[in-house]
Amino acid sequence: MLSKKARSRIVVLTFLLVAAIVVIFVVLKSLEENIVYFFSPTEIYNKENISFNKKIRVGGLVKEGSITKNQTSVKFIVTDLNNEIIVSYSGSLPNLFSEGKGVVAEGKLKDKKYFIADRILAKHDENYMPPEVSKALEKAKN
Amino acid sequence: MFKNFFPNKILSLGDNFFLILVILLVSVILVGLIYALFISPPDYVQGDSVRIMYVHVPASLLTLACFGFIGTASICTLIFKIKILPLMAKSLAPVGFLFGIISIVTGSLWGKPTWGIWWVWDARLTSMTILLLFYLAYMAVWKYVDNFEKANKISSVIGILGTLNLPVIKYSVDWWSTLHQTSSITLTSAPRIHYTMLIPLIIMLIGMIIYVLIIFLMKYKSEIIKFKLDRKKKEN
Repeated sequence: MLSKKARSRIVVLTFLLVAAIVVIFVVLKSLEENIVYFFSPTEIYNKENISFNKKIRVGGLVKEGSITKNQTSVKFIVTDLNNEIIVSYSGSLPNLFSEGKGVVAEGKLKDKKYFIADRILAKHDENYMPPEVSKALEKAKN
Repeated sequence: MFKNFFPNKILSLGDNFFLILVILLVSVILVGLIYALFISPPDYVQGDSVRIMYVHVPASLLTLACFGFIGTASICTLIFKIKILPLMAKSLAPVGFLFGIISIVTGSLWGKPTWGIWWVWDARLTSMTILLLFYLAYMAVWKYVDNFEKANKISSVIGILGTLNLPVIKYSVDWWSTLHQTSSITLTSAPRIHYTMLIPLIIMLIGMIIYVLIIFLMKYKSEIIKFKLDRKKKEN
C-alpha cells in the first residue's frame, strides 16, 4: 500500500528519532545533578565529597512540632521520613510555610545535619480540596 | 472525519458557523468562570489562589496538545507528503504559543503567593520554556523561509524535535525533584483534586478547546486561500 519511497522515509525517520531519543536520554542523565531542583536529607546524607561553600537546596517536609521561632530567626527540621536536617533561617517566610507541608530551603550546609538558609520556598502537593473535606479527613484519621 | 478538514470543506465555512462557535465559546467560558470564581470552594491550603489553576492547567495542557499535533503532522508530512498537513500544523502554532504564554504568566502569578517566588529554573518550568522556544522557531521558519518546500522540511524537523520535549515536560515532575507539584490528574489513579474543583476545571478546558478550534479554523482557512493564490501566481 505504501510506496517504496514512503517506506524508506519511514525507516530513515525511525532511525533518526531513536538516535535523537538516545542522545536526549544520555544528556539528561549526565546533567541529572544539575536538573534536580533540590536534594532530600537522605541524598545529602549519602553524598560523598559534598561542598560546604556552594549554594545548594534542601527539600522535604517540615517536621511536625519542630518550628522554633525567636525575634529574628526561625529554626525547623526538614525531613524525608528517613533522615533529617536542621534548617536555620532569618527572613520572611512564604504564606504556605507550615508544619507537615513541603518546603525547599536555599543556602549552604554547615555540616551534613545543619543547613543555613537564605531563602525559603513553600512546596505544595498535588492534593486540592475544600477546607471542610480536609477537616473531615482529619477527623476520620483521629 | 478527516474529510471535513479538506480545503473545500473549510472554505465553505461561513460567518454563521463561526458565529455559532463564538456564542458557544462565550457561554462555556462564562459558565466556567462563574463556577471557578464563585461556586467552587477555596483550597484547604492555598485558599483563593487555587482559582488560578482553572486557567493555568487547561492552558498548559493545550500548549502541549497543540505541539503534539504539530509533531504528529510533521512526521506524517515528511513521510507521506500530504499538502494540507503542514498548513494545518502551521495554523495551530500561534494559538498553541499563546496558551504557552498564558500558562507561564498564570503560573508565575500562582507561584508568588504559594511558593513565595515568581520563577525558578526547575525541570518543569525550564522544559516548558524550551517548548515555547520551539514554538517560536517553528513559526519563525514559516515566516522567514520563502520557499514552501524548504520551510516545510525545516519546520517539520523542528516540530518533531520539539515533540520529543513533550514527555520530558509531562514527566519532569516525576523524574526529578522540582518545586512544581506533581500531576493531580493521571490515567492510572483517581484524581487528587476534589470534584467541586474538577468540574470548573473541565468546563474551562472545554471552553479553551473551542477557542483553539475557532482560531485554528480561521487561520487554516486563510492559509488555504494564501496557498491557492500562490499556486495560481506560479501558474501564470
